[in-house]
Amino acid sequence: MDKYILEIQNISKRYGGNVILKDISLNVREGDTVVIIGPSGTGKSTLLRCINLLTRIDTGKILLDGKDITTKNVSEDEVRQHVGMVFQNFLLFNHLTALDNVMIGLTKVRKMPANQAKEKAMQELRRVGLADRASHYPGQLSGGQQQRVAIARALAMDPRVMLFDEPTSALDPELIGEVLEVMRKLAEEGMTMLCVTHEMGFAREVADRIIFMEHGVIVEEGPPAELFYRPKFERTREFLWKITELYGKHKDEEKPGDTST
Amino acid sequence: MLSQIPTYILSGMAITIAVTLVALPMGFVLGLTFALLRVYGGKFLSAIMAAYSTIMRGVPPLVLLFVLYFIISGVINLTPFWAGSLALGVVSSGYQLEIIRGALCSVGSTQMTAARAIGMSRAKAVRYIILPQALRLIIPSWSNEASVVLKDSSLVSALGVAEITRKSQLIGASTYKFLLAFLTAALIYFILVFLTNRLLDYVERKTRIPGFSHHSTL
Repeated sequence: MDKYILEIQNISKRYGGNVILKDISLNVREGDTVVIIGPSGTGKSTLLRCINLLTRIDTGKILLDGKDITTKNVSEDEVRQHVGMVFQNFLLFNHLTALDNVMIGLTKVRKMPANQAKEKAMQELRRVGLADRASHYPGQLSGGQQQRVAIARALAMDPRVMLFDEPTSALDPELIGEVLEVMRKLAEEGMTMLCVTHEMGFAREVADRIIFMEHGVIVEEGPPAELFYRPKFERTREFLWKITELYGKHKDEEKPGDTST
Repeated sequence: MLSQIPTYILSGMAITIAVTLVALPMGFVLGLTFALLRVYGGKFLSAIMAAYSTIMRGVPPLVLLFVLYFIISGVINLTPFWAGSLALGVVSSGYQLEIIRGALCSVGSTQMTAARAIGMSRAKAVRYIILPQALRLIIPSWSNEASVVLKDSSLVSALGVAEITRKSQLIGASTYKFLLAFLTAALIYFILVFLTNRLLDYVERKTRIPGFSHHSTL
C-alpha cells in the first residue's frame, strides 16, 4: 500500500497577479479517499483542475502512476481518460440520454464497439442505482440523479483516480444523501478519490485524510479524527467551527477543536 | 388572356426554388465553417471571420449581388442563374455565420469542459457534444434566414434570371396588368415562405430534447 498513485510535487499556479496555488505538494496512495476542505476561492477547485489538466500548472510537476503528466509531450486527452472528474453542476450532455451520456466516452474516445459499450454503460448505471433511468434525458432527472449519472459517466472510463469538485453543492438538501451514498460505496470499493466538499459528515466517515487549504497553500492535513478534534492551527479550528455551525451539527462532544471540555 | 398571367408566373417558381436550394445550403455550409473558425479557430482566423461577417452584413444584398456577380463572371464563365445563386449563398453565409456563432456560444463552454474531461479532443467535443445541441438551437433563427433567402432570390431577377419576379415584370409589361402580376408574385412568395416556416417548425418540434427546453412554460 505504499505505492503512490498520484504525486503532486511543488505545483504553483497564478492567474495574472493572483497566486492561486502556492507550492502545493500532496501524495495520494491507491485506494485513498482524500477530502479537501477550505474557504471558497482558496484554490481547491483549481487544484483538481490541474490534476486532470483542464488547467495547466506554472511550476512543479504531477505524477500519475509514477509518470509525469505535466510535461509537454504528454497527451492531455490520454491523461484525462485515466482521471475521472465530477463537477458541481453535473454538466451532463443535455442532448443525450443517461445511457448515451455514459456510453459516449467509450464509443467515441475508447472506440469500443456499441454493444460492448452499452453493456458497460448499463453496468455503471447499475453501480449508481440508475439502471431504470437509462433512457431518460438529463432534463427529466432530478439533480441528485443527474449527478449520479455524471459519476457513472466518469467511472465508465475506468479511471485511476476520481476527482469530485463540490459534487453536492448545487443540490437540494434532500438529494445530497443519494450522491454521498454512491461516493461512500466507491470509497469502500477501493476507488482512489479526491473530493472537494463541505460535507463534513461525509469527510469524517469516509476520508482517510483531510486537507485544509487556504490562500493557495495546504495549511494542515491529517486523518479526520486528528483534524476535526485536534487541529494544530487556529485557522483550521475556526473554519471547522464555522462550517459545522452552518450545517447545524453541533453537539457538545463534537465541537471541533474544542479542547477545553 | 388573364388566366395566362398566373400560369406564366408560376412557371418561374421552379427557378425561385432552385435559386433558394442552391443559396441556402451553400450559405449554411460556409456559415457553419466560418462560425466554427470564428469560435474555435484562434485569434487570427476569428478576426478574419469577424471582418467577413461585418462586411457581408454591411452592404445591401442587391449591391453585393452585383459585385459578386461581376467578380464571379470575371473569373469563370457561369450562367446568370449560377452566378446569382452562388452570390446569394455568399451573402447569406454572413448572416448564417452569426446565427450559428450565437448557438455555439449559448451551448456554453461548460459542455466543452465536460467533454474534454472524459478525454475527448476538441474536434470530437465539437462534433459529438457541441454541434448536436447548437444545430437544434439555430432552427428558429434559421427559419427566419430561410425566408429571407427565399425572398432575396427575387434579386437575381436583376441579372435577368427568369424566376417569379422577373416573369412578373415581363408579363406585366406585355399585358399592362402590373398589379395583377405582382399580386400573383406576392401570393406565391407568401405561400412558399409560409410552408418553409411551417416545415422548420415541424423539424424544431421533432428534434427537441425531452425535458430540456428554452421555451418558457409560463
